[in-house]
Amino acid sequence: MIDLTLIPDGGLSWLDASGPMSNIVLSTRVRLARNLAGFPFAVRGREEDRRRVLDRVDQVWQRSPLSRGGKRFLVDDLEPADRLLLHERHLISKELASATAHGGGRSFAAVYLAGPLGLMVNEEDHLRLQVFHSGFALGAAYAELERLDHELGAALPVAFHQEFGYLTACPTNAGTGLRASVLIHLPGLVLTKEIAKVLQGLAQVGLTFRGLYGEGSEVVGNFFQLSNQTTLGKSEEELLDHLGKIVRQVVTYEEQARQVLLRDAPTIIEDKVWRAYALLRYARSLSFEEAMNLLSGVRLGVGLNLIPKLSVYTLNKLLIYTQPAHLAALDVRAPKDQEQRAARAAYVRQVLEDEAARAG
Amino acid sequence: MKCDNCGEREAAIHLTQIVNNSVTTLHLCEPCAAEKGVETGASVAKFPLGDFLASLGKTSGGEQADVAPGVACPFCGGTLKDFRETGRLGCALCYTTFEPHLRDLLRRLHGSSKHAGEAYAGAAGAAPAEAPAAGEAGELREQLKRAVEAENFELAAELRDKLKVLE
Repeated sequence: MIDLTLIPDGGLSWLDASGPMSNIVLSTRVRLARNLAGFPFAVRGREEDRRRVLDRVDQVWQRSPLSRGGKRFLVDDLEPADRLLLHERHLISKELASATAHGGGRSFAAVYLAGPLGLMVNEEDHLRLQVFHSGFALGAAYAELERLDHELGAALPVAFHQEFGYLTACPTNAGTGLRASVLIHLPGLVLTKEIAKVLQGLAQVGLTFRGLYGEGSEVVGNFFQLSNQTTLGKSEEELLDHLGKIVRQVVTYEEQARQVLLRDAPTIIEDKVWRAYALLRYARSLSFEEAMNLLSGVRLGVGLNLIPKLSVYTLNKLLIYTQPAHLAALDVRAPKDQEQRAARAAYVRQVLEDEAARAG
Repeated sequence: MKCDNCGEREAAIHLTQIVNNSVTTLHLCEPCAAEKGVETGASVAKFPLGDFLASLGKTSGGEQADVAPGVACPFCGGTLKDFRETGRLGCALCYTTFEPHLRDLLRRLHGSSKHAGEAYAGAAGAAPAEAPAAGEAGELREQLKRAVEAENFELAAELRDKLKVLE
């Protein structure tokens, strides 16, 4: 089992709820896709190519001041449970977590973590640079990522085309290689049944939404990841501005929906959030999905000041630590389903009890 | 039921084929099925672009003429068929090899094929993506080897000359 305490903040500094609008917007993530010139992309790469890509990146990373205090994990050396743990923390993609080399041999897939910065090597593209910030912070997040991009670009030959821009294995990422996403909690819009309209609107303005775990994942607990759909034909600033503008609008709609709920159905809402809290506080068995939905209700209660003395940070922490691999890591017996539900409920009870005791 | 291919894992894919007028049924596990190029539910979900690309190939017959069928990328050996199947390109040079086709695809995907973002500083004034970085004799040699393997002797000669200058 890997020691996650070796990673600064456990790679979870974005959980601290210090960022702007962090009650509604949990986190901001920006990633850039890059490939090294002179090497085939992943689907055509051989073991030797992957080894050399990793070698070259490693040399540059070791010299970089941005890597100070950072940590490297080689995916080939990680147990499946550890890979899952890193994936649940959003530090590595699903693809990297399940990295098996094309054409056999070692994958030489790796992830470098330093503060909010992350660098995946030998994923679908040679390089996936990413940064996580608490709350709604597109500008700050991208500025940080740009520094890493410049540093890597100055030392490594990057595949770039005068017309098409940065070249990526999948043409959906070509151009800027930039995907910015904002993890946003929208229970008000779901309860008022306005959400379908909002999501439809997103597609019309060139944005897309996904679940908690990115591409192909389902929406749980009213958490949505909003991100740009296209990466080519607009500058990085234009892409970020556009997403930012729409997210701000969605946040306004969400706030309006919450006010409508409070005005038209105050008792129902108050009852709903307190029931959610009571279940989390006392239940003896919780499935992941149920926990997510109850946490959504409690989060809404905290946002509306109906539930005092409970911090957003605690709710964020519960979101991460109630996931299967995290529970398994807490409990060496690696519980299966039924036991896991009991372990989840016990963990949530403990955290909420501690928080209540602290608040007095 | 065990997989017919490896005999180790449980078979998850049951493939009925008609070969030379006789029907055979293969029982394969997911990894073996993927190896044999059988599309499983998982692989289809992983490459949603694949369907899109396949449909593109059917509807835009006119544009296909720009890239002759069977043309392989001189660097990685990938073909448009490979790309349609996986949804992924083999290397940076594929973008040049299949340029007309990709320009069209990029326009459909993004509404534009013209990069408007930051330019790669190291690429300023340099040749397009297939050109290796200066001082990278090792990489040149590697490209030369691949060009010879792919029997692209024109490119090989060019690379050999570059290598000579470098050394």
